[in-house]
Amino acid sequence: MALLQIAEPGASAAPHEHRLAVGIDLGTTNSLVATVRSGMSVVLNDVQGRPLLPSVVAYAADGSVEVGYGAEARQSVDPKNTIVSVKRFMGRGRHDIAHIETLPYDFVDTNGMVKLKTIAGIKSPVEISAEILKTMRNRAEASLGGELTGAVITVPAYFDDAQRQATKDAARLAGINVLRLLNEPTAAAIAYGLDNSAEGIYAVFDLGGGTFDISILRLSKGVFEVMATGGDSALGGDDFDHRVFCWIIEQAKTAPLSLQDARLLQTRAREAKEQLSQHGQVPITVKLGSGEYVDLTLTTEMFKDISRTLVQKTIAPTKKALRDAGLTVADVRGVVMVGGSTRMPQIQHAVAELFKQEPLNNLDPEKVVALGAATQANLLAGNRAAGDDWLLLDVIPLSLGLETMGGLVEKVIPRNSTIPIARAQEFTTFKDGQTAMSIQVVQGERELVSDCRSLARFELRGIPPMVAGAARIRVTFQVDADGLLSVTAREQTTGHEARIEVKPSYGLSDDEIAGMLRDSFSHAGDDAFRRALREAQVEAQRLIEATQSALQDDADLLSTLERAHIDEAMTRLQHAMGGEDRRLIDQAMHTLSAATNEFAARRMNQSVQRALAGRNVNQLSL
Amino acid sequence: MTTFDLNFAADHFTLFGLAQAQALDQESLDNSFRAIQSRVHPDKHAHASEADQRLAMQWATRINEAYQTLKSPGRRGRYLLQLLGHDPQIESNTAMPAEFLINQMELREAVEDARSAANEDALDVVRVRLLNEIKADYERLASLIDVDRDLDTAANLVRQLMFQEKLLNEIDDALEAVTA
Ligand SMILES: Nc1ncnc2c1ncn2[C@@H]1O[C@H](COP(=O)(O)OP(=O)(O)O)[C@@H](O)[C@H]1O
Ligand SMILES: [Mg+2]
Repeated sequence: MALLQIAEPGASAAPHEHRLAVGIDLGTTNSLVATVRSGMSVVLNDVQGRPLLPSVVAYAADGSVEVGYGAEARQSVDPKNTIVSVKRFMGRGRHDIAHIETLPYDFVDTNGMVKLKTIAGIKSPVEISAEILKTMRNRAEASLGGELTGAVITVPAYFDDAQRQATKDAARLAGINVLRLLNEPTAAAIAYGLDNSAEGIYAVFDLGGGTFDISILRLSKGVFEVMATGGDSALGGDDFDHRVFCWIIEQAKTAPLSLQDARLLQTRAREAKEQLSQHGQVPITVKLGSGEYVDLTLTTEMFKDISRTLVQKTIAPTKKALRDAGLTVADVRGVVMVGGSTRMPQIQHAVAELFKQEPLNNLDPEKVVALGAATQANLLAGNRAAGDDWLLLDVIPLSLGLETMGGLVEKVIPRNSTIPIARAQEFTTFKDGQTAMSIQVVQGERELVSDCRSLARFELRGIPPMVAGAARIRVTFQVDADGLLSVTAREQTTGHEARIEVKPSYGLSDDEIAGMLRDSFSHAGDDAFRRALREAQVEAQRLIEATQSALQDDADLLSTLERAHIDEAMTRLQHAMGGEDRRLIDQAMHTLSAATNEFAARRMNQSVQRALAGRNVNQLSL
Repeated sequence: MTTFDLNFAADHFTLFGLAQAQALDQESLDNSFRAIQSRVHPDKHAHASEADQRLAMQWATRINEAYQTLKSPGRRGRYLLQLLGHDPQIESNTAMPAEFLINQMELREAVEDARSAANEDALDVVRVRLLNEIKADYERLASLIDVDRDLDTAANLVRQLMFQEKLLNEIDDALEAVTA
């Protein structure tokens, strides 16, 4: 295998067997898994033929875990240990969570991401989500009859870095190889775009259980370009349930509710809301544990009335996304409806009124994300069929910035920049002989650091001592195709590579992840830990082979010194591979990759030039 | 005939097979961008080795940066002037003609008034007026650079455009605040 193979268009690598790849919609309320079968994207049902898996995880005293419908049924019996909508806690601190006081869980006080105290121990949202993902993985492997090569996992476009990182960590914990984190609306557009071979500007309006996303996409010649995204990460069907719930309490004038009764009424509120999408009115009759009776009728009119402000809350982000894209409603060719909550007639009307056209509803709004994710997974896994040659160009949903003097934010990468993207920023020292500085990275649109999310604090150490203002430290932000951020720093005048310590404010450290992997290994006999190790070893072997073969072909592109660096890094990696420490292997791989970077770039220049030189744009297969 | 010179160190125009000019055919730019991105994007190398994936990411990053710069006429002008050795020196040179400054102040006041009165329509009016001014300036910029080769005047205009684009952002922020 050569370093960076630039295959000629159409000429894929050697024919291979079909790789098992799936798309997973890890939803706040419901999760789904889909795959491409005989060229068609299909949702994989459970053994009882049900497509949805409620995103509910229930823990029991004996340490056993139940996920899905079974867990959902335990909600009113054991609300404290039955975790619903865990997605709302992913990468979130205590103060980020709306209505936290109304939630039945025991939150553990931590600085970073919230943790929940359950009867089976303290659980992080990452671990809880991993249970859902494991269930999806098992369903897929049972139904496809083999081990998965990888999965595309969808996230709301509005998810920030901490939330994305948490999602990826959860997948890792579930033993899933993540081919790509994909924005949900983009996935929906893939599902629609390919079926309807649509060209033009599309809006994707996704109102699920806990999040609202609006994205503006341009579909053209097989390229899906996200022009802008926006939304509200704390707005969804749950809020409509909450309004109905409050209405019930107010109308029925109930005594203060027990946890169980509250849960019961919430479930009833939701059922009533869903039924109202087909009926003009629904009865709500409940016998509470307290002995009280609730007997009410909710009409469409009343429901519209109490939820008006929620519907209204979807309009401003939609207008903003259009403005960001430099467009008006007249430019939009179609509005794709996604998420169970778009079934509500008042949402359909609001969207139709705003865009002055009937929205698109021909695919099931609850399945469309998983279907699109499966299509993308199939492509990324290399199961390409003729004509499967689209490209996604996604954007970063929130601006990335740095703390400057006085707690102000300086934007480094503006929101809606196409990813991958890199930006550099220069800093200097303000004291003579200063050898360290602390840099805070934030994400958000507000001007004050305190109003944005702190992603990480970086300690730059080992700056050569100089007079104040003389050092020039260049900090580079790189956002990759998953929308994840990494930061590197270099002192410019001396070329000294400064050491960076990353302290993720909301994510989990590698050590924590490794610990959880080991835990899940020893507790449940899960093979995730071994699997991760084996994968790292295989990947390392591939890297060594690729490097060797590249050296054989193009050693003349290297100086003696460069060559020596590469040889040394290779030896170190070979050594690490023999051991059981995955992090050591990762580190050695990074070192080798870094050592071969420039070499690979030169080879890539050569090969791309060979492939493209002298060609007309139109000759390139788009 | 468009040819690409995919050399990491090439300038943005050369990268996309375009002439070094302020006037630019948006469609050619879009087509080149998509064609190259279809080659180098990490999704096209998803099952390659980690090192290859990282390189693909670096290339895709490079192409995105170049595209963003060329797509916006203001940024393009600034970049082109730098290439031609006439850096507009946005940071250090802030001298502006009085006429321009007065017009800017008027617009700013109009935005402030509309904002405090939460008047969405009034903001839209200012926005459209500013957009038209910017559009006219873009055209003037192209003829200054490409036709007249008056790079000093062009550099002044680029500096003014930075002001106008900033004001446009502020109007968008105000609209956001008013409609929220
Ligand atoms: N017929 C319906 N009418 C109104 N809301 C519905 C209907 N069916 C499902 N929903 C709501 O859709 C939400 C779940 O949508 P889904 O797309 O699965 O969410 P998520 O993406 O958050 O997992 C829930 O709030 C649910 O009550
Ligand atoms: Mg969803």
